[in-house]
Amino acid sequence: MLRLDCLRAVYPELENCLVVTIMGATAAELHSLGHRPNFFYLQHAMGLASSTGLGLALSLPNQKIVVLDGDGSLLMNLGSLSTMARYRPQNLVHIVFDNESLLSVGGFPTATSTGTDLEGIARAAGIPMVLTVRTVEDFKSTVKNALDGEQLATIVAKVEATGPSGYVTDISLLENRFQFRRYIQSLKNR
Amino acid sequence: MPVSLASSRVIFEALKKCDVRLVSALPETWLVHLIRMADDDPEMILVRLAKEEEGVGISAGAHFAGVKSAMLMQNHGFLASINGIVSFAHLYKIPLLMLISYRGSFGERDPWQTQGGNVTEALLRAMGIPYSFLDGIENVEKRIRQAQTLAESSLQPVALLLTRDLMWDE
Repeated sequence: MLRLDCLRAVYPELENCLVVTIMGATAAELHSLGHRPNFFYLQHAMGLASSTGLGLALSLPNQKIVVLDGDGSLLMNLGSLSTMARYRPQNLVHIVFDNESLLSVGGFPTATSTGTDLEGIARAAGIPMVLTVRTVEDFKSTVKNALDGEQLATIVAKVEATGPSGYVTDISLLENRFQFRRYIQSLKNR
Repeated sequence: MPVSLASSRVIFEALKKCDVRLVSALPETWLVHLIRMADDDPEMILVRLAKEEEGVGISAGAHFAGVKSAMLMQNHGFLASINGIVSFAHLYKIPLLMLISYRGSFGERDPWQTQGGNVTEALLRAMGIPYSFLDGIENVEKRIRQAQTLAESSLQPVALLLTRDLMWDE
């Protein structure tokens, strides 16, 4: 399963969500499908995409938030699972693309390649809905169910360790950040 | 416990006057009353963290959402947050109002706090983070307001060091 195919499969559903991605390949691939003002690419600070999603979810309880996380990033901030589970916002869908690799920084294998089970960790942390998916069809239906549902979900998507040739997008970090915030403020004024 | 309840109350009320509606925190002795006040206040969202660096992401999310927030932590929690501050808050111009208990400074009895006390201000300066002190109850409201004003206008992290003189009833 390719992450890009997963992203393509749920791209229409992301239109009405606020989306926070991790750095590198995930950001570049989502961007390659077409940037939208509701997409924020956290191009550094590994581990904090899920925390950013939690801050958004608690601040905007009527808005669906999607975090596109990765195994390397999540492993840097496993405590975030326990904090998310503690407050379990119903409007947060946490997707973890697990390619068992730190692909964007040289492809070194992460601990999920030697048996660390992110689904098990998320469930034991107390996340109410946790699933692992291995096909694009399952990914699409699971994400759709989570978006339609009313509980915090962590979806672990096992994907191949491949990505785009480059990671730099044509949107500057600050442009992205100001556009994202302005978009959220415009939602409030509707 | 000789942590000052009166000072904690003044700090908490000052945060509320500044329209702070979300507080992230990791417990430490000097912060116990403040955290309890945030927990008891239905207008305040309290996020209890596993590690302080999470608070950078949570405050960034709140900022994007238009919600004013503050981070309560010990100076060792600030040390644990440095990458998040640099590679998120500084990189993306995110305002952070950081209230940092200044352990390991003059009067500190716990040996394990003393090394962190030595490096706190040097690190704040090295990182270019504007900082001031909360050291007297009469200055608290004004300093918190000023710190938040600067954080919001400059879109950067600003620190207030909570001192022993304010937080501890000797």
